[in-house]
Amino acid sequence: MKNMKRIAALGMTAAMISSLAACGGSSSTATTAAPADTTAAAATTAAAAETTAAAAEAAKDDAAGGKVYYLNFKPEQADQWTALAKKYTEETGVQVDVQTAASGTYEQTLKSEMAKSDAPTLFQVNGPVGLATWKDYCDDMKDSAVYKDLSSDDYALKDADGAIRGIAYVIESYGIIYNKKLLADYIATDGAVIKDASEINNFATLKAVADDIQKKKDDLGLEGAFTSAGFDSSSDWRFKTHLANLPIYYEYKEKGISSTDAIEGTYLDNFKNIFDLYITDATCEPTVLSSKTGEDAASEFALGEAVFYQNGTWAYGDIKDNEVADEDLGMLPIYIGADGEENQGLCTGSENYWCVNTKASDADKKATYDFLQWVVESDEGRTSLSSEMGFVTPFTTFADYLPENPLVKAEQEYDKDKTPVSWNFTTMPSEEWKNKLGSAMLEYAQGTGDWDAVKTAFVDNWKTEYAAANS
Amino acid sequence: MEKAIKRYFPIFVLPTLVAFTIGFIIPFITGIYLSFCKFTTITDAKFIGFSNYLKIWTDGTFVHSLWYTTMFTIVTVVLINLLAFIVAMLLTRKIKGTNIFRTVFFMPNLIGGIILGYIWNLLLNGILALWDKTLTYSSTYGFWGLVILMLWQQVGYMMIIYIAGIQNIPGDLIEAAEIDGANKWQQLRYVTIPMLMPSITVCTFLTLTNGFKLFDQNLALTNGEPSDMSEMLALNIFNTFYGRPGWEGVGQAKAVVFFIIVGIIAITQNRLTRSKEVQA
Repeated sequence: MKNMKRIAALGMTAAMISSLAACGGSSSTATTAAPADTTAAAATTAAAAETTAAAAEAAKDDAAGGKVYYLNFKPEQADQWTALAKKYTEETGVQVDVQTAASGTYEQTLKSEMAKSDAPTLFQVNGPVGLATWKDYCDDMKDSAVYKDLSSDDYALKDADGAIRGIAYVIESYGIIYNKKLLADYIATDGAVIKDASEINNFATLKAVADDIQKKKDDLGLEGAFTSAGFDSSSDWRFKTHLANLPIYYEYKEKGISSTDAIEGTYLDNFKNIFDLYITDATCEPTVLSSKTGEDAASEFALGEAVFYQNGTWAYGDIKDNEVADEDLGMLPIYIGADGEENQGLCTGSENYWCVNTKASDADKKATYDFLQWVVESDEGRTSLSSEMGFVTPFTTFADYLPENPLVKAEQEYDKDKTPVSWNFTTMPSEEWKNKLGSAMLEYAQGTGDWDAVKTAFVDNWKTEYAAANS
Repeated sequence: MEKAIKRYFPIFVLPTLVAFTIGFIIPFITGIYLSFCKFTTITDAKFIGFSNYLKIWTDGTFVHSLWYTTMFTIVTVVLINLLAFIVAMLLTRKIKGTNIFRTVFFMPNLIGGIILGYIWNLLLNGILALWDKTLTYSSTYGFWGLVILMLWQQVGYMMIIYIAGIQNIPGDLIEAAEIDGANKWQQLRYVTIPMLMPSITVCTFLTLTNGFKLFDQNLALTNGEPSDMSEMLALNIFNTFYGRPGWEGVGQAKAVVFFIIVGIIAITQNRLTRSKEVQA
């Protein structure tokens, strides 16, 4: 009996030690762990499986010379990227892993992934402000094929020394998406303020139309003129970032600058006008805005409950296959009542820049550049980006590959002889600035704060945050 | 056998010790070190001294969170313990179906915090919608929403601890008190409660630390809205670390301060209630 116990104790100890050793992960332990005691069997087999998988991966690496790990920003296109990566692996044997961060969590995912030994070799920053955080990780892409394929240098993200740190891969537009059929219904009513949609080319007309639609919403079978301006984190960027771009754009334009350390807020009254319109002529009471989500707004528009919906070309995936037919989708610029806005186009630009991790091994970097070249030059890559993901790209190689996205078509139709509004929100000093602005806007909307707080968040906080970010 | 165990003790302790070192001690020390650094990812930290600790106080959200968390903890500690005690007293009487009731009260504790947060978010928003308001309309709504959620989740758990305590009180003590002419109130005040002090120590400790450390429920229910006004300490640390580029070290420094605060409070509370414990 005593011996039994002693043997059992020894056996357990042996099992424990072998399982511990297996956790160490070097390939030699896989063999020692295999015949281990049954008590530890579960642990050891799992560990052994891991080590063999790692070994297989390593072998593959040697054969192919490097591998690609892409941390994708756009959850809308997660499946398409995975499929494209798989195709590339089949064709070339180079391993491509694609991970997509959940909506709104890209920065934090990137932060933790970058700290790992298998860090992403390809990742994204959202413009100059994002670059400031990640500049130590961005490779100079001046010799890459993707850079040479760019149609204009405007789409490259450069740092102060002129090195190419990022390449934009998608150009997007946003404005006020509207439902042509519902607008036609409205025009058909008695006393409609316009006769044709094209008459909406300034803020005053937009307001008159929206106010009138709101008044007649019961007759028209609508919930409101605009979809809910939700301030849940899935939706608040439409206002604190995208809508706030317009006063910044006009101020920059007036001063002839492209960024600033202190904004004056000369167009804040216009900003207030358009925001007031969004929250008064809307499908819901302003007091419930704090928990309205992006999906709420998308579904209100998709189900034909509202005529106007501020969003961009990327929103097509969320609204298609519902009440709104593709040919009924139109886009208008966001008018705020600035001078000369009759010629204002949609807001067009990019905040998606590819960056190659400069701290990755040379083989991995090369594999990544090869992969990028394949994406923008091969048939598979171009078809996937244009028709499956629905992107308009800034690459010269895409001349014959245009997306089927009706919102993109609506945008191109509209913008023919207009001046597009650039995306100046990439110069907003920090995420914190946007968040503070968003909170102040929400408090103003629901009546718990006043407009002065929005002004403070816009003007004073710009200076503070700019100083903090650039100190 | 005794001797064998003693001899092999280091070997048996080893796995747990290794796990504890990897999972707790190393991250803890790294964490303290990082609070003195400036970094984007934790692998490229640069030592900068105490400036992170100074920055904590310039960012107004930390002080607000501290105050908000303290209020929340006080309210929940009192309410949870009071309710749990009352329910425990009721369910130790000889009434039918006590076991079913105990199970039902305990059940919410089995649901994870994030899920609970979303469930209560739906429920409370559904009710508030009658007045065209939502939970995130103001931090007061978020506060009481969170209190309700925590009561629902934790009363059952604390109740179980109190029930165990009450059942451990020897019947002869109560009987003796009765014979001596003590009324119900006196029995409760001078026999039951002193005998329950060990349970009270455990329960106040748990509710106190739970209140301070609360994260999931806060994240899922209000996510700090509106304007970070319903943001509690743990969420504030998380948001500072992940939400503001360049502030990672400050988030880390906040975490260290947080650890010290919770540590001091927990130890003080333990001393205080321990000293009131009596032997039968």
